[in-house]
Amino acid sequence: MAVIRDVIPTFELFQPVTIEDALALLARHGAEAWVLAGGLDSFDWFADRIKRPAAVIDLSQIKELSEVRSVGDGLEIGAMTTLTEVVRHPIVREKYGLLPEAAEAVASPQIRNQGTIGGNVSQDARCWYYRAGWPCYRAGGNICYADTPTGMNREHAILDADRCVAVNPSDTAPALIVLDAKMVIRTPRGERVVNAEDYFIGPGTDITRMTILRPGDLLTAIRIPSTWAGAQFYFEKVRDRNVWDFALVNVASAMVTSGGKIERLRLAMNGVAAHPLRLKTVETAVLGKPRNEETAEFAGKLAIQGAKPLQSNGYKVPLMRNLVKRAIRGVVGEEAA
Amino acid sequence: MNFIQWALNPWGERIPIHVSWDLLWASAIAGVLFLIVHAIYVGYWAKPVAESQNDSKLAAAAARVPERVARHSFGARTFHWVMAASMFVLLFTAFLPKVGVRFSWVTIHWVAGIVLTISVLYHIIHATFWLDFWSIWPDKQDVADASRRFQRALGRATPPLKKFGKYPLENKLFHLSVLFAGLAVIFTGLFMMFRVRTPFFTRNPYLFGDMTWGVMYVLHGLAGVGFVALITAHIYLAVRPEKFFLTKSMIFGWISRGKYLEHHDPERWPVDEGVPEAGQSKAPEVVI
Repeated sequence: MAVIRDVIPTFELFQPVTIEDALALLARHGAEAWVLAGGLDSFDWFADRIKRPAAVIDLSQIKELSEVRSVGDGLEIGAMTTLTEVVRHPIVREKYGLLPEAAEAVASPQIRNQGTIGGNVSQDARCWYYRAGWPCYRAGGNICYADTPTGMNREHAILDADRCVAVNPSDTAPALIVLDAKMVIRTPRGERVVNAEDYFIGPGTDITRMTILRPGDLLTAIRIPSTWAGAQFYFEKVRDRNVWDFALVNVASAMVTSGGKIERLRLAMNGVAAHPLRLKTVETAVLGKPRNEETAEFAGKLAIQGAKPLQSNGYKVPLMRNLVKRAIRGVVGEEAA
Repeated sequence: MNFIQWALNPWGERIPIHVSWDLLWASAIAGVLFLIVHAIYVGYWAKPVAESQNDSKLAAAAARVPERVARHSFGARTFHWVMAASMFVLLFTAFLPKVGVRFSWVTIHWVAGIVLTISVLYHIIHATFWLDFWSIWPDKQDVADASRRFQRALGRATPPLKKFGKYPLENKLFHLSVLFAGLAVIFTGLFMMFRVRTPFFTRNPYLFGDMTWGVMYVLHGLAGVGFVALITAHIYLAVRPEKFFLTKSMIFGWISRGKYLEHHDPERWPVDEGVPEAGQSKAPEVVI
């Protein structure tokens, strides 16, 4: 299929200055509307002429979406806050160090200056068959080209695949799940707040979407409670090119220890499943266990239970196991230091 | 409205990929329209069926008819309800996601499909070798009577009508429709299982070419949306007061002597034995 990368198709551009105006525009244009945040995912689609929305709603002029403010016992980060702002925000750095670490691992400095946290968690799958515009399941068709005997699936899922084997590409998503973040969504029926973990959906639930957002919905903010503030965090991203690439696999964890034993743990990964994966089984299994090599080894082995690698991504199984081990051990290392 | 969704495959060929999901609504509306038209027809135009049997013949037949006439054996009833349950699961898992109810449906769908397939296989073997295979197929008498009924509804005089055999014509036509739609979803569904991960087959999305797969998906979809109308009509007919005794027979296995003599022709559905209070019928039957 020819891919044209010179002129993007025409669309009607709207730049609302309030959330209400944006919602009204989304309601007016329905499924024909496209929400534009930083544009780093959107313009790829437009340039390749695969997505051709009639109306693009650019959120860049809505100031209230770009604020980081204290709410209750935590923080609220506007969805249009850039990744660089997240990385540099003093309170975020002080209390929720996991998030800036994950945000700083996203792409390049230029992209982080433009890319937003809302866009990072809402971006589409990066499977090249899908991005090339082929009629795969995710594009509404009836086949997964990546999950075929000759498919190029080195970057694809080893867990929780359901027809489509594409993975979620976000680096901040596992960090937000670990921090027990809440996603604030404005819908035509009012405000809805969902756990970050429930914001992401797999292909079994809806094969054409990565998140629960429906046409007309808008992610406005991400609230981070103090539940894990000051905990011992670990984030690691493994990618082909360390200067600028999507994660092959990433891991985020938050741990609270007491008397040398794991008292509380949250662990999430991305790049291994079609959605960011919280490893609840591992979290539960290691509670009360000492933080040592043996526990890390046990956690790593447990994490990969049920993994079904495709023909080219078998390496993700030991990678996942080792990252989980390091997430446990890394925290131990920090404690010891 | 497009009836089929088309796409370009990686080789630039135009291939069908699905039916248009608008057909789901078209099918649902067709089902509702059927019940409205049927209710109006029965209420205002349909004429009572004239007695076609001579009294002595009827009396002779009636004398042999037991109080409870066996209609559906336990095995046949079990098949019907297993098939019904699997069909509902299939329809809900197929179409609820299309109308916005999101859940992980694929595994539930193919498991229900397997249940449906096994139950239909059982039914085919059972009906072919143990039941009166031809009793469910429309015959010349059904066609002649249908024509006469229609003419009567238009106010024209016709020769006397015969009563039904074991199954009314509506039953037979429904069975025929379900046969075609059911076999279509089963055959295509079994092949479509090669596209998903199941314990039964090694996944092979290249088993057929894109066009063949596309036709398969379209057939599966057409039969699927067709079932929405068929099931709507079936449930409506099942709860109609004058047909409710047939529905009860699908639960209890028998109809009363009175209903038998009122609606059925002993020549077309001869009954020589009844059903014990809690027993099983050996009478020939086909279940839909």
